[in-house]
Amino acid sequence: MNFAVLQFPASNCDQDAVHVLRNVLGHSARLLWHKETSLGGADAVIVPGGFSYGDYLRTGAIARFSPVMQAVQAFAANGGPVLGICNGFQILCEAGLLPGALIRNRSLQFRCEHVFLKTLTPDSAFTNQVPDGKLLRVPIAHGEGCYFADAETIATLKAQNRILWQYVDAAGQPTDAANPNGSLENIAGVCNERRNVAGLMPHPERAAEDLLGSSDGRLIFASLVHAITTKSLAQAA
Amino acid sequence: MPDPVITPALTKQHGLTPEEFDRIRGILGREPNYTELGIFSVMWSEHCSYKNSRPLLKTFPTKSPKILVGAGEENAGIIDIGDGLAIAFKIESHNHPSAVEPFQGAATGVGGIIRDIFTMGARPVCAVNSLRFGPITAREGAPAAPATAAVAKNRRLFTGVVAGIAHYGNCFGIPTIAGEVYFDESYEGNPLVNAFCLGVLRHEQIARGAAKGIGNPVFYVGPATGRDGLAGAAFASQDLTEESAEQQRGAVQVGDPFMEKLVMEACLELLATGAVAGIQDMGAAGLTCSTCETAARAGTGIEIDLAKVPQRAPNMTPYEIMLSESQERMLIIVHQGREAEVKRIFDKWDLPWAEIGTVTDTERMVVKNHGVVVAEIVARKLADEAPVYQREATEPAYLQAVRAFTLAGVADTQDPAGNLNTLLAWPTIASKNWVYRQYDHMVRDGSVVCPGSDAAVIRIKADSLPTEADQATPRPDKYLALKVDCNAVYVYLDPYEGAKTVVAEVARNLACAGAVPLGSTDNLNYGNPHNPEIFWQLRESIRGLAEACRAFNAPVTGGNVSLYNQNPGGPIDPTPTVAMVGLVEKPEHITTQWFKDEGDAILLLGEPVDRTDPLLGLGGSAYLQRVHGLKTGTPPRCNLETEANLHLALIALIHSGVVKSAHDCSDGGLAVALAESCISRPIARETPGLIGADIDLTAFADVRQDALLFGETQGRVVISVAPLQAAKVLAQAKTLGVPAYRLGTVGGSALQIKTTQGSVTSETRSLHDSWWNAIARAMSAD
Repeated sequence: MNFAVLQFPASNCDQDAVHVLRNVLGHSARLLWHKETSLGGADAVIVPGGFSYGDYLRTGAIARFSPVMQAVQAFAANGGPVLGICNGFQILCEAGLLPGALIRNRSLQFRCEHVFLKTLTPDSAFTNQVPDGKLLRVPIAHGEGCYFADAETIATLKAQNRILWQYVDAAGQPTDAANPNGSLENIAGVCNERRNVAGLMPHPERAAEDLLGSSDGRLIFASLVHAITTKSLAQAA
Repeated sequence: MPDPVITPALTKQHGLTPEEFDRIRGILGREPNYTELGIFSVMWSEHCSYKNSRPLLKTFPTKSPKILVGAGEENAGIIDIGDGLAIAFKIESHNHPSAVEPFQGAATGVGGIIRDIFTMGARPVCAVNSLRFGPITAREGAPAAPATAAVAKNRRLFTGVVAGIAHYGNCFGIPTIAGEVYFDESYEGNPLVNAFCLGVLRHEQIARGAAKGIGNPVFYVGPATGRDGLAGAAFASQDLTEESAEQQRGAVQVGDPFMEKLVMEACLELLATGAVAGIQDMGAAGLTCSTCETAARAGTGIEIDLAKVPQRAPNMTPYEIMLSESQERMLIIVHQGREAEVKRIFDKWDLPWAEIGTVTDTERMVVKNHGVVVAEIVARKLADEAPVYQREATEPAYLQAVRAFTLAGVADTQDPAGNLNTLLAWPTIASKNWVYRQYDHMVRDGSVVCPGSDAAVIRIKADSLPTEADQATPRPDKYLALKVDCNAVYVYLDPYEGAKTVVAEVARNLACAGAVPLGSTDNLNYGNPHNPEIFWQLRESIRGLAEACRAFNAPVTGGNVSLYNQNPGGPIDPTPTVAMVGLVEKPEHITTQWFKDEGDAILLLGEPVDRTDPLLGLGGSAYLQRVHGLKTGTPPRCNLETEANLHLALIALIHSGVVKSAHDCSDGGLAVALAESCISRPIARETPGLIGADIDLTAFADVRQDALLFGETQGRVVISVAPLQAAKVLAQAKTLGVPAYRLGTVGGSALQIKTTQGSVTSETRSLHDSWWNAIARAMSAD
């Protein structure tokens, strides 16, 4: 499997994504500088976390204009799988590949801690390997992770089963206390209508080794690999 | 605008004494001009020259076969960790700037120490910090709301500093993985912000801050120079007053972590090309320090033209350009003929760069502006020949009363359960999750033990190295434990013994994580050294630190001295913060502090109470401070030999695979250590890992209950082992020369401690709530 991990100025989880894909999961993964215009035959694109362009203006707002994002747009339009993690999620929302926006945490503070995630549907390139009922224990690390969208968008996301992950408590309930940032509907991650582009605020690449306390994040990468190898992704019309 | 005329008043304003001014005239052989006066004033500030502390610093142990770059040689020391790998680390203060402008003061403190590390050619992989503030809660007995002006200000400083550290570290992408926070009246108005950074590199990648190679071009890289941070080093080297704080707001720099991340990546990429002859960051004293120090180290001269320096503000004078502490700037000396590589790499990262001068053979730092010489000084004399002072030292008068204190007037506790709760909720002891949850402590995929255990443990892997090319050669992963600590109350009450205890506690924390010390770095925070009593504190505590660092084989690789930490209320408690780094041999040796499984046996390594101590470990204790309002008494003694033996024994037990948890007894004593072992396991947000314990201390019937539960006798560690292993471990400990006792068993939903005078029974859920939420409650009060 061939992964391209985008690298914007001040991406800082780029090496972590490469580490997990390459050293833990045994795939080919390479960093792709944001000034590149081609994805070089990648099977999947990871838009990693960090503070692209120092979060100036608005998180993800400048990165979406980087040359590489045009290639990502075309890749996604062609059915290629794209996963945005944390700042990557913010960039995909700014780029219009995903609906909604990530705004300041309701605490007005950065939050770094483990959370429990409930996977709402196995029907996506990012969740098909998550066992039913399994809660994922994955860390978050963000200051602007409060998912927001208008009521109509939220209704559409629900109707189309596009909310992939929710913040829940240890019992699997999406309680207010389990919500680390004030996200509407406890939303931690969503996908596009075609289900080949997804973003989430938590960091599955930080939960891929038992040594670091959790390997639950592997299920998300395993889902991606499964989708590509079984060619279950919808091809371009 | 013409330069001001040099008058005695102007000289004094620059913090230079008449004798120092004469010395400057002697070095120059003429009167200095205004720019030169400014240059000398920053280079001869305590922050840059250590003029008041240098003779004392020489007493530190600084050598070991593992030390590749020693203290004082470069911007940071470097230690071999095996397999061709090395680490660079250092701690540095940003106290005064943080007092004036907490957010930017703390943020740029982090930025400055990160630059010190990548200047050495290392990739920064983790940050640690040590913070001190005035109290954020009302005094015992006083109404909680409304907060007094002082408490409100302390909270504001605390909030700003933590947010500033988070802002810089999180954006840069470095995990802030360990730290400590203390609250005490002595820091009111003069908080301490000590920031530590550690980086990784291969032995052959060590970069030097030397202007080598006559004729080599000198490059300036990074953002343009502005008027921010003018003479910050000089500001840091004088007493802090309301007035100076207000006047000096302009001396606080403004940080841009985004820029620093780019500058770091570009510098590491450039270093890998071999085009760099020397590199140094522009930190304290900016362009001044970096030019004269690089020339002095290489024994060369350096000539620059300020007109070529990128400038952010119009009409900057040579004085301003030389003294600016604008952030994220680097000075790079490049091998002649390889200039194009600088251009290629810095253009790739969209960073400003400029060729501003050349290395010469004159041994002089020559500063021109549009070709006209504005300063000319022999570099070595400026960098290395600052005056050195042996200040007068007198034993502080307050120590008489401290030594006279006895427990005669202190009744034994009638409410041990209440006391335990009070101590766990005391912000100094309470969980610091309100702080570290604001720091990204997991980025870089190496945080094996996160904040909240005795020491943090980080994994060093291929991508911890400076460049992607380094990943091609596989090397074994390494595991480092880190901790920073200082019980300043002990140091205040007995500078020599207290300082020994500081080092012992840090080393003990490393041992609890399964690590053996590699080296240490210290940040010496004190009041005004012209006060003989303060200088005595400094001298005596350095004696203790040096002795203890020898005992634990933790040589000092560098650090920082921050004097003049005074506010109108008086000096801070003497605070020699010690950060230590240790190596954990194998991942299976990594040990955490929390109890693991029901039924495990709880053992104490070390004597429950030092019976030779008349205060039974209660002198200077958290218990006396918080429960009795007494900050006095001779603090617990630390026998370095016993302590070192304990650490070796603990490591041996950990290596044998039997230790399931290890937690040292420090602030709050045995009862707090046991409670923390029950409640500190993190699982997820709002989901603590709680487990009870049943403890029987009736075997120690001869000791006062308060001393047994809350005394802070040194050299103690609480461990847990599988029940079947208990007898074997007790025997093993005795063979290793360490007293060991079985205290009880892990299990249930409460912590129960039985003594001959009574018992404590507290639900772990309620203990956890007091401990975990105390700081958040204080910060959201009124």
